[in-house]
Amino acid sequence: MINLPIYLDNNATTPVDPRVLDDMMPYFTQHFGNASSRNHSFGWSAEKAVDAARAQIANLVNADSKEIIFTSGATESNNLAIKGVFEMYAAKGNHFITATTEHKAVLDACAHIEKLGAKITYLDVQEDGLIDIEAYKAAFTPQTVLVTIMYGNNELGVLQDIKLLSSIAKSNNVLFHTDATQAVGKIPVDVLADGIDLMSFTSHKMYGPKGVGALYVRRKNPRVKVTAQMDGGGHERGMRSGTLNVPGIVGFGKAAELCANEMAADTARLTKLRNRLEKELLTIEESYVNGNKEHRLPHVANISFKFVEGEGLMMGVKDLAVSSGSACTSASLEPSYVLKALGLDDELAHSSLRFGLSRFTTDQEIDYAIDCVKQAVLKLRDMSPLWEMFKDGIDLKSVVWQEH
Amino acid sequence: MAYSEKVIDHYSNPRNIGTLDKNSNNVGTGLVGAPECGDVMRLQIEVDDSTGIIKDAKFKTFGCGSAIASSSLATEWLKGKTIDEALHIDNMDIVEELALPPVKIHCSVLAEDAIRTAINDYRAKQGLHALVSDKKHY
Repeated sequence: MINLPIYLDNNATTPVDPRVLDDMMPYFTQHFGNASSRNHSFGWSAEKAVDAARAQIANLVNADSKEIIFTSGATESNNLAIKGVFEMYAAKGNHFITATTEHKAVLDACAHIEKLGAKITYLDVQEDGLIDIEAYKAAFTPQTVLVTIMYGNNELGVLQDIKLLSSIAKSNNVLFHTDATQAVGKIPVDVLADGIDLMSFTSHKMYGPKGVGALYVRRKNPRVKVTAQMDGGGHERGMRSGTLNVPGIVGFGKAAELCANEMAADTARLTKLRNRLEKELLTIEESYVNGNKEHRLPHVANISFKFVEGEGLMMGVKDLAVSSGSACTSASLEPSYVLKALGLDDELAHSSLRFGLSRFTTDQEIDYAIDCVKQAVLKLRDMSPLWEMFKDGIDLKSVVWQEH
Repeated sequence: MAYSEKVIDHYSNPRNIGTLDKNSNNVGTGLVGAPECGDVMRLQIEVDDSTGIIKDAKFKTFGCGSAIASSSLATEWLKGKTIDEALHIDNMDIVEELALPPVKIHCSVLAEDAIRTAINDYRAKQGLHALVSDKKHY
């Protein structure tokens, strides 16, 4: 028995693990205190729960508890890191280095400080999604204060060489921030071994609840500080004011603990499952994996099925919840900027599906997904004029298209 | 975004998929859109020379469900019409029939363009000048 629809969009968000929810429940109605209330037991029990969660989360990434700043999610963490460093280190310099394939939360925060006088270098990536190390080295200037490069890409799953990137930043005496939203909880992330100074991550991508995330802020070698972007009661060592979301934080903590315990087993299982999905789908003629296949998150596959449009394809696999690099719904009709950054032809970028597996994905679901996608691609190719032209040996690049 | 039942019906059971001989004198072909825009439609009509009636219409479309449905519907409407009648098919009729949301109106525009391009292709083969549409799409 298989339950439809099947959820394969776990890069967007994951379900809350029932064990996480169990731990959260008492903190809504029973231990509902404000963690900042220092003078009664309601506050103390909330504070104790927050401390425990902070330790669980710190443990997952090999940080010290004091280095975990709770936020509302990775978007806020990215904003706090980038805008906070821009303000705090203004005397040192105003140059930032990032990449074109970053999440919008990073790119738009960079665009924001650019208007306030920052200089930003947006590095292109190579065809496989990886940063060109020579171009990266060349981007540093005496004014550079921060590098912000994501750990694992949300669309492709491609993993950057964080150790190498951070060591180069360090040798230039520049802080290193990474948006590790997709990586934390899925693969071993170690802020010390990886040389990370600031790191954004969030609960809802690792089987915790939505609305809670964290910014890791290093306290030693070097001691890093960011200017608060939210003014108020001076919570979180003065870096992020606002009453703590205690039930959310408790859930985040439990989710981190489960990930730490189950990561090895999850990774082994998901790698096999993803590889099977990918191998089967690549038996479809003219289908391609996007991004580096080796340096990649274990549970993600991004595949283009040439001559089929992604949104049409998603409609054909309506029992699968996946996402597409095509953006026929947006006014711009622009396909994914991440896929375009790889230098992909537009029609390939429009033809992609992203599969994100989870702890809860089953063998049967993957079997179903394989059949479903194969059928839909074949059906849509039967009605694709591009497929017919390709089969007739017409070079689509030689055609003069009537654009809109 | 939820699709209307009619879009789903045309997507699931597309009418008149196929290819007519584009070199035939009584076949008009309209290929519109571009791969980089995520929409390419090819619409073909076969005209009965003696009556001027469109006796067959076929399409193939690379695009989203609404684009596929718009072209499928267009072929249904074209069959049995004269060229003059076919020229009166308006993109907003397609929008209405398929209940397309605003972001999908361009799919209907593409279908109307495909009809006109196919008709002009046919006219060119008959030695007639191309009809220019002065219609503006908003």
